[in-house]
Amino acid sequence: MGFFNDVFEIISKYYYFLLQGVGYTMLIALTGTVAGLAIGLLSGIIRTAPLSRNGFLRALHKIINALISAYIEIFRGTPMMVQAMVIYWGFALFNGGKTLPLIPSGIIIVSINTGAYMAEIVRGGIMSIDKGQTEGALSIGMTHRQTMFSVIIPQVMRNILPSVSNEFVINIKDTSVLNVIGVTELYHFADIIKRNSAKTFQTYFVVCIIYFILTFSVTRLLRLAEKKLMGKENYVICGSQSDSKAEIHVKEEADHHDD
Amino acid sequence: MMTESIIEIRDLCKSFGDHDVLKGIDLSVRRGEVVCIIGSSGSGKSTMLRCINLLETPTSGDIIFEGNSILEKNVKLGNYRTKVGMVFQQFNLFDNMTVLKNCTVGQIKVLGKKRAEAEKTALEFLEKVGMAQYRNAMPRQLSGGQKQRVAIARTLSMSPDVILFDEPTSALDPEMVGEVLEVMKKLADAGFTMIVVTHEMQFAREVSDRVIFMDQGVIAEEGSPEEIFTSPKNPRTCEFLARVLN
Repeated sequence: MGFFNDVFEIISKYYYFLLQGVGYTMLIALTGTVAGLAIGLLSGIIRTAPLSRNGFLRALHKIINALISAYIEIFRGTPMMVQAMVIYWGFALFNGGKTLPLIPSGIIIVSINTGAYMAEIVRGGIMSIDKGQTEGALSIGMTHRQTMFSVIIPQVMRNILPSVSNEFVINIKDTSVLNVIGVTELYHFADIIKRNSAKTFQTYFVVCIIYFILTFSVTRLLRLAEKKLMGKENYVICGSQSDSKAEIHVKEEADHHDD
Repeated sequence: MMTESIIEIRDLCKSFGDHDVLKGIDLSVRRGEVVCIIGSSGSGKSTMLRCINLLETPTSGDIIFEGNSILEKNVKLGNYRTKVGMVFQQFNLFDNMTVLKNCTVGQIKVLGKKRAEAEKTALEFLEKVGMAQYRNAMPRQLSGGQKQRVAIARTLSMSPDVILFDEPTSALDPEMVGEVLEVMKKLADAGFTMIVVTHEMQFAREVSDRVIFMDQGVIAEEGSPEEIFTSPKNPRTCEFLARVLN
């Protein structure tokens, strides 16, 4: 019984710390994922764009592509904990010892790190769209940009949503490494609570459960969103040739068959 | 007007790596003419068609549209492509848009039309191909034949001068081929300039003004459907027709 009393005591005594930790963790994870997705979309679009016929633009494009590749390799190939230290203290070194505020630092680090993964996810997403979609768009005179934004990206977004959700969940957990520079996310508060209460196991048990509740509810929520975006799984072919009454069955709005 | 040539292909060559697919094609198509291109697979029919609207860049040669070369650097590609529409074997409808949006997006984004006007035009053509009542369906809800009819309406919505058909019925179930050919026949009767790569010999024979037989990257024989189908001169044409007509 002592164990549960300890747990309740930690929750009731330190709930304010825990809530604050949850708030910052979610803020950093969510902003980092969204910003990372933006970085990923941008670099994915740049890397899959056809090279210009103009010599200068072509060279410029190639240089940018190389830079993006380097960025992706470096940030996927090193631990985020180390990246946090390098970026945070690197900034301080080149600004006369002045450090960035902690929460923005955390958001920047998570965004850049996530961006490297998202860039690959988006590139894969773009490449997985059938070439016919692009050709169809080009054949009615659309430019590459119009094709991308009207036809390809909407389909890519739908296809990569599961991977993006996955990144979000990873980020909720991985913000804990930002503790290394002192960002006040959930794990940081866990450390404080542990020191104050001197009940290590009980503290981390509570924090563990909180992390799980966060990731589990986010997973469920995003799964719901995915389903909405995917549309119905079952659909009727409107008016098959063999059905003489088919045309009468046509629905004005094609969305009544959600499972 | 009927004798004016709208597209002229001069000594068109196309290679992929060291594989020469087109080895010097000369072809001129008059306004209002329906030209069918036949030939066995690998003979370069589709490649030639794709070169005409520059989905493939020709290795050498020239393509003249209404008197101007389209291979010049300053040619507005988008502009040209709205005038030379293309219907694909795999339909290539935009999977993320309804039937109606498929037919309006180009008009709005490329031609700069107002939505209401674009929708009016789109519905007009969807009506023509018998797909107007499916305007709110998504492409995946349609059968192959229906998709192809929508694809034709999408092309027509851009009011092209020439329509290229790249084996438009080859990906269809046999029972759906008829409905697409029916639509194409209507277009031919309405005076559209059409270049059709096809394996439908019956269609080529009935609808086209001229039939081109391609073999190994060159035009092996051309003539009226009558000439090609009843008295072909090139032994390769005879061989091919004997194979496909039986």
